[in-house]
Amino acid sequence: MYEKDGEKYFVVDSHMHHWDASPENWVKGHEQYAKGWIECFHAYQGLGPPDTHWTIEHFQKASEEDLMKNVFEDGHVDVAVFQSTYLKEWYTDGFNTTERNGALAEKHPGKFIVNGRWDPREGDAGIAQLEADTERWGLKGVKLYTAEWKDGSRGWTLKDPEAYRFLAKSQELGIKNIHVHKGPTIWPLDKDAFDVSDVDHAATDFPELNFIVEHVGLPRIEDFCFMATQEPNVYAGLSVAVGGLMYARPKFFAKVMGELLFWVGEDKMTFGSDYSIWEPKWQVEGLVDWNYPSEEFSDYPEVTTATKKKILGLNAAKLYGIDVPAECQLDEGAGTPAAKDDAELVEDKAGAAV
Amino acid sequence: MTDAAQLLAALGTVRDPELDEPVTDLGFVRSCTVSADGVADVRLRLPTYFCAPNFAFLMVADAYDAVSGVEGVHRTEVVLEDHFASDTINGGVAARSGFARSFDGEAVAELDQLRADFVRKAVLAGTDRVCRPLLAAGRTTDDLAELTLGAVPASADLDRLRARRAELGLPSGDDAPLLVDATTGDAVGAQALPLHLRKARLTKVSLEANSGVCRGMLHARYGATLGRGETPGASHGDNHLKMENA
Repeated sequence: MYEKDGEKYFVVDSHMHHWDASPENWVKGHEQYAKGWIECFHAYQGLGPPDTHWTIEHFQKASEEDLMKNVFEDGHVDVAVFQSTYLKEWYTDGFNTTERNGALAEKHPGKFIVNGRWDPREGDAGIAQLEADTERWGLKGVKLYTAEWKDGSRGWTLKDPEAYRFLAKSQELGIKNIHVHKGPTIWPLDKDAFDVSDVDHAATDFPELNFIVEHVGLPRIEDFCFMATQEPNVYAGLSVAVGGLMYARPKFFAKVMGELLFWVGEDKMTFGSDYSIWEPKWQVEGLVDWNYPSEEFSDYPEVTTATKKKILGLNAAKLYGIDVPAECQLDEGAGTPAAKDDAELVEDKAGAAV
Repeated sequence: MTDAAQLLAALGTVRDPELDEPVTDLGFVRSCTVSADGVADVRLRLPTYFCAPNFAFLMVADAYDAVSGVEGVHRTEVVLEDHFASDTINGGVAARSGFARSFDGEAVAELDQLRADFVRKAVLAGTDRVCRPLLAAGRTTDDLAELTLGAVPASADLDRLRARRAELGLPSGDDAPLLVDATTGDAVGAQALPLHLRKARLTKVSLEANSGVCRGMLHARYGATLGRGETPGASHGDNHLKMENA
């Protein structure tokens, strides 16, 4: 919990990791990819405040003690959601597996939610693994990385029939939250790998599932926002948006937040630190202190304390059924989105305009 | 004799298709030289090892074409450095193989459709850049619905918008409406205008944010070594350069 000016914020870090990208874990013959991947992440950390930068060696593999201190002790986080990303083509034991995350979660009861993953290219074996993982870890969510390389394939989309089979299985198993993370490659490579239209299809066809598009669809915020206005079960995961912009590009950050609040709305935005790319401390404190920097932004929806409470934790707590202490709940009547006219504009015209 | 400044000018016409900005401004040109006998050598760099290979290919191919067209250049080498697909892209462009053949089995088509989709985004973003000052100066959205391109005060943003529209075959002459659908070229009516302008602004914000992230990543990757022709892009309350100067 984070307290500031008498307000108490329940913090759910809805997108974080415990990876092992140390050289000992690099797949022989694929070292350049394993190295390139973690160096790319490390460069992202460079967009945060200088006093939060780590050495590459530290960054490759944070210890359990680092994580517990950075996220909970210093970082104000109440509950953290582990997002599993395997990348076994590059990392021998996987980059950030359900088992690795789950082991830590079991050591620290009540602190973590463990999300699994699936890959439609794994077919029957993947379905069986998803069943086993759900049984073992009580999965309520999965993280999908569509740009993962596998046996010569450079990625997949949620529109693939095989992906629909896994979505149906997820629903059947009681998994509610599908975190979607796009990356730079896909099959075929001549298509835009960051395109989020596949999420649109899946969200329409699986209305009981929630689709949290991580990094707010970056670098396709425009496509994401326009899609999200039309799908009640699509959410904006703020990881990277906060970490990558709030400090390094404050004016762009304000515009992105304004657009998200307008198109997606404060009830469907969830904070994620993307630890250990960035530590949550400066992101949580910065978000609580944040507002539009000038009058130039006056036609974006208002940002209130309730807005921040929802984004920092209450929205994700709802998605995951996390109990929120009474002192951190919203006051009666607080948090009604202000921009009703704007919302109507979008609702009235969105369907006709596409 | 051809000199590096001419190469740089040619490279200034090459855009990052995603960001709609010249590769020179973005700092993607690490070096460009030309020898006395007309051999041009260009080294490109990108913000990450994993930047999308389709856009990377377009930039390398466009750079190759732009530099080859410079008077006095007899041979051109363009090398994308430090990228997971460097060899495939550099080899494919040099051999004039096209994208689908260069990425044999991993791609089914060339990149014209992808490029056009992103020029459409550039048209939308450019629409916001042109319209926002007009609205700030007191024009109403109804006014904008009536305006033609020829009636808009001259500006670099207007020139850029017209150029992008022409590229897509959309109406771009003086008598063309200021506000057109970026796919059909049809005028946007007054009723549809508020949403159209919202989408235009959203698209511009998205491109700006992406550009901000890309510039920041490039600097995190390569330190303070500026690319040839790079503009710092610090006009938006940018802590990143403060960090580097600190």
